[in-house]
Amino acid sequence: MRQIAIYGKGGIGKSTTTQNTVAGLASIGKKVMIVGCDPKADSTRLILHAKAQNTVMDLVRELGTVEDLELEEVMKVGYGDVKCVESGGPEPGVGCAGRGVITAINFLEENGAYTPDLDFVFYDVLGDVVCGGFAMPIREGKAEEIYIVCSGEMMAMYAANNIAKGILKYASSGKVRLGGLICNSRNTDREDELIEALAARLGTQMIHFVPRDNQVQRAELRRMTVIEYSPEHKQAEEYRTLAKKISENTMLVVPTPLEMEELEELLMEFGIMEVEDESIVGKAEGEA
Amino acid sequence: MSDKIRKIEGITKESTEALIAETLSAYPEKAKKKRAPHIGANDQGSGSACVKSNKKTVPGVMSARGCAYAGAKGVVWGPIRDMVHVSHGPVGCGWYSWGTRRNMVSGIVGVTSFPMQFTSDFQEKDIVYGGDKKLKTLLEEAHDLFPLAKGISVLSECPVGLIGDDINSVAKTSAKELDLPIIPCNCEGFRGVSQSLGHHISNDTIRDYIIGTREYAEPESPYDIALIGEYNIGGDAWSTKPLLEECGFNVKAVWTGDGELEKIAATHTVKLNVIHCYRSMNYMCKVMEEKFGIPWIELNFFGPTKIKESLRKLAALFDDTIKEKVEAVIAKYDPIMQEIIERYKPRLDGKKVMLLVGGLRPRHTIGAYEDLGMDCIGSGYEFAHTDDYDRTAPEMPDATVVYDDPSEYEFEKFADALKPDLIGSGIKEKYVFQKMGIPFRQMHSWDYSGPYHGYKGFEVFARDVDMAINSPTWKLVQSPF
Repeated sequence: MRQIAIYGKGGIGKSTTTQNTVAGLASIGKKVMIVGCDPKADSTRLILHAKAQNTVMDLVRELGTVEDLELEEVMKVGYGDVKCVESGGPEPGVGCAGRGVITAINFLEENGAYTPDLDFVFYDVLGDVVCGGFAMPIREGKAEEIYIVCSGEMMAMYAANNIAKGILKYASSGKVRLGGLICNSRNTDREDELIEALAARLGTQMIHFVPRDNQVQRAELRRMTVIEYSPEHKQAEEYRTLAKKISENTMLVVPTPLEMEELEELLMEFGIMEVEDESIVGKAEGEA
Repeated sequence: MSDKIRKIEGITKESTEALIAETLSAYPEKAKKKRAPHIGANDQGSGSACVKSNKKTVPGVMSARGCAYAGAKGVVWGPIRDMVHVSHGPVGCGWYSWGTRRNMVSGIVGVTSFPMQFTSDFQEKDIVYGGDKKLKTLLEEAHDLFPLAKGISVLSECPVGLIGDDINSVAKTSAKELDLPIIPCNCEGFRGVSQSLGHHISNDTIRDYIIGTREYAEPESPYDIALIGEYNIGGDAWSTKPLLEECGFNVKAVWTGDGELEKIAATHTVKLNVIHCYRSMNYMCKVMEEKFGIPWIELNFFGPTKIKESLRKLAALFDDTIKEKVEAVIAKYDPIMQEIIERYKPRLDGKKVMLLVGGLRPRHTIGAYEDLGMDCIGSGYEFAHTDDYDRTAPEMPDATVVYDDPSEYEFEKFADALKPDLIGSGIKEKYVFQKMGIPFRQMHSWDYSGPYHGYKGFEVFARDVDMAINSPTWKLVQSPF
């Protein structure tokens, strides 16, 4: 069983990419489980054709205690026999979503969700690793393989570099490794070259360049993956290719995150960021 | 300030410093460097601290300290008897701090006093989804069950601060809905280095939510005072309050021993604040001084010498009526105290005591031991600040050892070298020293005894100290150490 965690900047398309990739793996006969680690609980809706299934934490809240919860109540099976679980959690601004992830994953382990027949477990994790709870999927004995979803936009690359720093911390004390960057294209200039260059600096690879295609949105409107909605479409082929690449990937590295200056240099090299003019720093518009 | 320098035979600055050096030599370099400034030889004449204090405990050594929550629940808020005090968070903090401090209360349980354990008993779901809704329900239920409770304090345990629950907003809404004072106290245990910050935070909440919100029914008089930092341990307030009343004062409020919320809330109208435990309540004395112009005086009610001195200091601030009454009180109790001293002093003369306690006791009780002919040869605090050690210097004999937040090892080492006849400290220390064959009194809660304050308390104190030191048991104990 390979356990894989998907990280990346919020809104970059982690959940969409994860579910399409998982559908791709399922279509080539792999047994997969998705564990959604985001209180929004939208990591499995394209596989299950439904949002807001019973999340682990929602049921815990209803029953009063995690001990009263049964695995069948929270694990649903969707397209391609993919098993789906959502950790769930509070609405923004209250409680502790991170603890929800920890509680949910502990529950899954204790209740035998990780069956030996599984080929892959995917953790789809909330945008930023804001606290220990969101690093739970990469603690010892869990995901050892991480893919970062990014694009050629500046903030997405900052986030990717930050996540690489987090991985480095865990890699030095455990077995977690970076498997590559997945470029979810936003059609920015020289995007593939830029992400290739970033990947090289990080000591990893751009495992796949997923082009932008509105077919993804058309499928999402039907709460489906492209692979299920239109298996013959060229975008479906892209995800199958990504799935195949991940399945065959052996390049697992301890990343070498960039210093902020290096990252900015890279962005300037590709014209994403303008060369800094130190004389204007901190000057308001009206000042000379 | 003591004008004469007291010496103890066999204790010199050099001998104490050698003992400290030898004790520290067992530590690794880093721990030694950190601990060294916290142990010193007293310079009685200087009247200033010989140690550093209020710093984080050195990791790896055992500390007698508590936490901010302990300071809020156990010390400041807990003793107010006519309120419901909610330990907000998982059940353990509330449970294990329940009834352990012996701050005695009067009243009728469920009607005018509420010494039960109230907790929101956090579960996983409360951590993940937040405990604010549960708190709101709890406040409603507590008010339903105990409609006569005058208010509710919400004392935060660690997880509440970690998940960022907004107890202040819940308290505000519920206070309005229930028409009841509800006081949110952000005293999460991880804040600060000891229980001391919990005292400060609680003082601040009294300032923000309580003081000035009530008035006394009776008309004001020039003899209205409040007794601050008196927690009624073993019934202490039931000794000091009548004593002050006998001297002609109207004790309008006691903070917070056997305390009543509405009396505390009206304290801004008194003429003087008399503070006993400076460490835990100096903050509010200063607030009342600045905001309401109420002066405050720090007094000591342990042992006849200090009591007499304190009553005269107090009387000096008032008119002749008070002065006469105070002299009459002193004249009345002097012979009674003399009789007690004559009874116990021959059995205790020359005995040595070492102390490690909190609040005011490491300095305030020294005079009471001295009244019995005993000497304090070492003293220290769990959570004091520099101003406490400044006040300690003149009370302790010269060159004796002063230790701030000492580890179990240091304390044992000092006892081993100095061979005291009595140690006064807490429950965690008690059995260690008794097993060493050293008589011990648990001086946080007066070892299931008390009161020790006031004239009434001195007789109990003298009896207990004699009982501990002169118990025939010790002759039967052969210490293997």
